Amino acid sequence: MLQIKNLHASVEDKEILKGINLEVKAGEVHAIMGPNGAGKSTLSAVIAGNENFEVTEGEIILDGEDLADLAPEERAHKGVFLSFQYPVEIPGVSVTNFMKTAINESRKAKGLEDMPASEMLKLIKEKSELLEIDRKFLSRSLNEGFSGGEKKRNEIFQMAMLDPKIAILDETDSGLDIDALRIVANGVNKLKNENNAVIVITHYQRLLDYIVPDFVHVLHDGKIVKTGGKELALELEEKGYDWLK
Amino acid sequence: MSKYTEEELKKELETKEYEYGFYTELNAETFPIGLNEDIVRAISQKKDEPQWMTDWRLEAFRIWKDMVEPEWANVTYEKPDFQAISYYSAPKDVDPNKTIDDVDPELLEMYKKLGISLDEQKRMNNIAMDIVVDSVSVATTFKETLNEKGIIFCSISEAIKEHPELVKKYIGSVVPTTDNFYAALNSAVFSDGSFCYIPKGVRCPMELSTYFRINQAGTGQFERTLLIADEGSYVSYLEGCTAPSRDENQLHAAVVELIALNDAEIKYSTVQNWYPGDKNGKGGVFNFVTKRALAEKNAKISWTQVETGSAVTWKYPSCILKGDNAVGEFYSIAVTNNYQQADTGTKMIHLGKNTKSTIISKGISAGKSQNSYRGLVKIGSRADNARNFSQCDSLLMGNECGAHTFPYIESQNSTAKLEHEATTSKIGEDQIFYCNQRGIPTETAIALIVNGFSREVLDKLPMEFAVEAKKLLEISLEGSVG
Repeated sequence: MLQIKNLHASVEDKEILKGINLEVKAGEVHAIMGPNGAGKSTLSAVIAGNENFEVTEGEIILDGEDLADLAPEERAHKGVFLSFQYPVEIPGVSVTNFMKTAINESRKAKGLEDMPASEMLKLIKEKSELLEIDRKFLSRSLNEGFSGGEKKRNEIFQMAMLDPKIAILDETDSGLDIDALRIVANGVNKLKNENNAVIVITHYQRLLDYIVPDFVHVLHDGKIVKTGGKELALELEEKGYDWLK
Repeated sequence: MSKYTEEELKKELETKEYEYGFYTELNAETFPIGLNEDIVRAISQKKDEPQWMTDWRLEAFRIWKDMVEPEWANVTYEKPDFQAISYYSAPKDVDPNKTIDDVDPELLEMYKKLGISLDEQKRMNNIAMDIVVDSVSVATTFKETLNEKGIIFCSISEAIKEHPELVKKYIGSVVPTTDNFYAALNSAVFSDGSFCYIPKGVRCPMELSTYFRINQAGTGQFERTLLIADEGSYVSYLEGCTAPSRDENQLHAAVVELIALNDAEIKYSTVQNWYPGDKNGKGGVFNFVTKRALAEKNAKISWTQVETGSAVTWKYPSCILKGDNAVGEFYSIAVTNNYQQADTGTKMIHLGKNTKSTIISKGISAGKSQNSYRGLVKIGSRADNARNFSQCDSLLMGNECGAHTFPYIESQNSTAKLEHEATTSKIGEDQIFYCNQRGIPTETAIALIVNGFSREVLDKLPMEFAVEAKKLLEISLEGSVG
């Protein structure tokens, strides 16, 4: 589904990613771990098409199509979703309105009419129940005054609404207590299926107790230095990252 | 897929440059340019006005001649040459008895382009329309329904003839001819405008609406609006403007006077979209407006405005809270882009006891524009327990625009309670990227963020107006980021 080949990317002439190779197939969960500054968040931003990063070499291919020339919103329309480490606030714009806009923009790009209001309501109801989200929450301004847990749950709610092919969860566990972590992880597990894939970017192993990866990759200094199964995460937990350098 | 979007965007950018920038050929009668007493007399004569009105105009003209243009506003522009303007222009052959069906098809076509076709309005909305094209009202609808309630809603020219006692009593009572340079000019040469009277205890059953429009090249437009809500009555009035593209600057100096007698309520909403000039700052309308309301005992005045157009805006819808317990509100969104300049705000003059006022101002600046909020809250010595809450928020887009806030407070009463809050924020790249990542293109993202920022004010607009206002915000900020 997603193939990353020899990906190099830099910001302000400083190279951060130095040749990443990764293949993610439908139905798989990949974890990307690594110390601070390894390039984890850069990788997610580059896949999503953040223009602050320059891809100097390599390819990102989704379902056989090179994403290089696509704007971030076009990548989103193709099914790329990024759960942000720090979701931004948009005052005065409700979660519902934001999602309605996002879904209809995506439909417009596919040549479809706006989603009828009744269908939209049904979808919102279904997904908020699935993720145990209070409907009142959805009328609040996007991320404004949300707790850390609420922000991350909101990200997963958006993922549920947009039904992406590939979801990248960037440090979704940061700032969450154990209950919030469990809720978020359960949400992701419910959304996972044969046809989509998830990349979990995390610093710690604990999220992987709940979202169990098929593969664990260790990112260090812009390169994947080790790949293994879920047991690798436990090993990292025990030994840290230093032994891999 | 990407091609499709790019082409779409390109097309949109081309067509949205000034969506309403078209010009309709109308067979108009225009006065020679220039201004003197003869022209003032001719305007009055043309409109078949009684002597007292002619005298009132002449008096105003004499006052105006000795006045100088104000310079205190935070705007710079080339002053209009008042002798190079034609002061009267009317679509020809207006028959006051004609119905909408008789209206010039070309005009109707123009309304259609604006999305305000009368047919549609008539069928779908319960809005009575008094449409001003250039200077003379050409069609009035829903008159009968209003008649039943004793509501008078007509052009000011008609009111001068049909209801001279009301006009004579109230015109210039809130904005005297001596008030300021542009108000004096307007008093001398006002072409037409709307008049509305709501009788005692009557609740106007529909939103009253006027669409203004500048059409003839080089024609200054001077509307005069007079709205009187008698004791215990209620009216909601909508005013909206769009103007076609023009290269030379066009002057627009309106005067709006509102009078709310005891226990009356007036809600006055404006969407202003005069031509702002092109992206290099060429052309555009000068909008120098005097809007003021007088509130008697227990009366309430609510101004809501969405200002997206004009090259230069100079406008302070104000409330004189004369009676005890009177309430004044001002909700404003002012958008400036490219080289637009806006100096807008309000004055809340508290004279009565327990008077209350609220000011919510949202300024959005983009491009190289300058956006100023200027507001005065004045508490008179008799205004015990007066309250004011002011909130001024500015949103900046890019690094070349400016947002300014000039709040003035004058209090002569120690029991007054005044609160002022101000914020300035910027649309961040991170907000845009977040939206993009969810599949929302940048232009839509900006519209979304701006709408969110403006929501407190947009919520105050009547439904059908809010939709138009949102659209205007979007068009006004096209291409202002990235």
